[in-house]
Amino acid sequence: MMNLTQLNFGKKAIITKVNGQLLALKLFEMGILPGETVALSNVAPFGDPIAINLSESKVCLRMQDAKCIEIKLVD
Amino acid sequence: MEQKEITVALVGNPNCGKTSLFNALTGLNHKVSNFPGTTVEKKTGSFKLSSSKTANIIDLPGTYSLYPKSADELVTYDILRNKSENYYPDLVIFIADASNLKRNLLLFTQVADLEVPVILVLNMLDVAERRGIKYDIEKLKEKLKVPIICINARKKEGIEKIKAILLDEKARITAQFFSLEKVNSQLLDEIATINDKRNKYSALQYSINASNLLTEKAIKLNEIFNKYEFDSIGFQEDEVLTRYQIIDEAVKHARIKNITQLKASITAKVDKILTHRYYGISIFLVLLLMVFQAMFSWSEYPKEWIEYGLKIFTDYIQNTLPAGVLNDLIVHGILAGLTGVLIFLPQIILLFLFIAILEDVGYMARVGFIMDRIMRPFGMNGKSIVPLIGGMACAVPSIMASRSIENKKERLITILVTPLMSCSARLPVYTLLISMLLKDTDKWGPFNVHGLILMLMYLIGFFAAIMSAWMFKFFIKQKEKTFFILELPGYKVPLISNLLITIYEKGSAFVFGAGKIIIAVSVILWVLASTGPQSNIQNIETKYTAIINNDTTSAIVKKELSLQMNSQKLEASYAGEFGKLIEPIIRPLGFDWKIGIALLTSMAAREVFVGTMNTIYSVNNDGDNSFGHIKTKMMAEINPRTGKPSYNTATFLSLLIFYAFALQCMSTVAIVKKETDSIKWPIIQFIYLTALAYGSSFLVYNLFS
Repeated sequence: MMNLTQLNFGKKAIITKVNGQLLALKLFEMGILPGETVALSNVAPFGDPIAINLSESKVCLRMQDAKCIEIKLVD
Repeated sequence: MEQKEITVALVGNPNCGKTSLFNALTGLNHKVSNFPGTTVEKKTGSFKLSSSKTANIIDLPGTYSLYPKSADELVTYDILRNKSENYYPDLVIFIADASNLKRNLLLFTQVADLEVPVILVLNMLDVAERRGIKYDIEKLKEKLKVPIICINARKKEGIEKIKAILLDEKARITAQFFSLEKVNSQLLDEIATINDKRNKYSALQYSINASNLLTEKAIKLNEIFNKYEFDSIGFQEDEVLTRYQIIDEAVKHARIKNITQLKASITAKVDKILTHRYYGISIFLVLLLMVFQAMFSWSEYPKEWIEYGLKIFTDYIQNTLPAGVLNDLIVHGILAGLTGVLIFLPQIILLFLFIAILEDVGYMARVGFIMDRIMRPFGMNGKSIVPLIGGMACAVPSIMASRSIENKKERLITILVTPLMSCSARLPVYTLLISMLLKDTDKWGPFNVHGLILMLMYLIGFFAAIMSAWMFKFFIKQKEKTFFILELPGYKVPLISNLLITIYEKGSAFVFGAGKIIIAVSVILWVLASTGPQSNIQNIETKYTAIINNDTTSAIVKKELSLQMNSQKLEASYAGEFGKLIEPIIRPLGFDWKIGIALLTSMAAREVFVGTMNTIYSVNNDGDNSFGHIKTKMMAEINPRTGKPSYNTATFLSLLIFYAFALQCMSTVAIVKKETDSIKWPIIQFIYLTALAYGSSFLVYNLFS
């Protein structure tokens, strides 16, 4: 099982599951939900937080929260 | 009967062009105030729909959902929920960013389910099109069942269509999206009895939000939830996902082209540089340095013009009004105080302008992104950077801006340390003190030394803020989970009209808000400085008039003596007595009783320091209130106790540090009380900052003298 922190630059993935009660709700509201395509966009200084590209927006989040997002790579 | 006025609320996600639309609809015909009982900024405006009808519009804070996670989202929720609320709208204009339609429509469907008439306004269709997204509006209407209008808020296109539809009463349609069929109906009935009886969704939603509070009602609500084994977070997740399904269907139905393979957009290219792992932070610091240099050098000429204009005006008043108490009061009291502050208007406007540009371009969110990791050990998060940078303009709106921080502890720490950021009110004080410390022409390489010292003062403030935050982290206990999820909007060229309106708002708030306090303080001060225990003042007068009226005294000596008399009179006045009273406390910091008076008056607001100094040194002068003049006079001041100049390097440095740290701003105290909803925190903050200021000034004074 892969999570969002393991996604490298240039790869695309699909979100399969979002864990963490309140966190999941907040992520859903920001458009981070199962079925969405994600790609890594930027990494902040010191390697945390990261910014991800969704199909229509760009959102940043911390590594510890990114761990709660399970993904599956696509070609 | 036909309504003459309709109330319209403007609702939408952050960064969807809401402000641009608001400005396009109302122009300058709007005002900024607070919602009663809160500090939430309320922007209202009005515009004519027809010859007999006007629309009053409220701009509600941008939010992602009606389950508020932060204090600013709560305002939007509260107004839309409560039908008996004064601002409850006849109609909602929901503005959505068409380039991110799915997420924007989530909030739209929530708002619609409250059964308030809504029209959907699609903005930024051009951005969407550039990304290969296009919608068939008719098909979208079929699915969403409300009127849809396409606009370009930046180019002011489609504004007339909005006005036309506001007139059309038939267009006020409500729509329904989410059904509560999965929820236990007994639960819904029970909740409806304590909340909204008309709309079950609204009642449930309100109950979920209210159950997170610590009120009696919340306890009761939680009991009901437990009775029916209702999992509120689970329900909300389910609700959001169901809504997305409905939206997805509508959006897919209406979409004309699918996204073509994306080329790296300009935003992506710029982000590669601005948020770079290694250079990102340096770029940010260089940008800040440039802002300060510009703020300092660009304001030079306008400052001179204002000063010159006010001097002509003061001279005119002094020579036209009959000599006497009124003349004295206006020239030496009010105008002296005002001049001291108005000349800083250009700098303050420039500072607000630069912050507004950084915000509008979309850079501020990036600063949050690159600074989050750095802020975290200090008990704050990346979003804290916006209040902290805003704190350089004014702590009051910045403390309000901290509302976007979801975590209560991080928010509280941010509120507590924001006043340490050097605000624009300190600028006049810094500028006066720095210019007395150094010559105008001093250069260090290509940089103006004044600008560098000024930057240094801001850095000192910043370091004090983060070190204090780090300390507070250990004293404030809280277990709430913290997260940092922030949208990075696409870069935009800021709209000149939006910037101008911001400057106009902030500038007039400064002139009228601060101006009122300054005039009041100046008048009181003038009265206190020109009156005193009768016998003392009379003694001095008799003593001097005898010599001055003596014909054998030369003109030069006469002038010298009358100056001496005035300064002794000031010392004998109530203000003087007061200053002397506190002198023992501030003497260890190198301050005399005159500075003491200024310290006290600037408790109302820091910039009053300069006005007070002007008034004090103007009580015994010829009506020249200019900056250079008061500077010369302060420099020439001799401390009678030591026989040395009252102001030396150590005094200046000590004063600079004192003003950098002390919480001399009643508005900040008031806002902290409201935002933290307690009197404990503003008191702690006030004591802490005063102690910090006193201790540091004491250290600095003794190190340098």
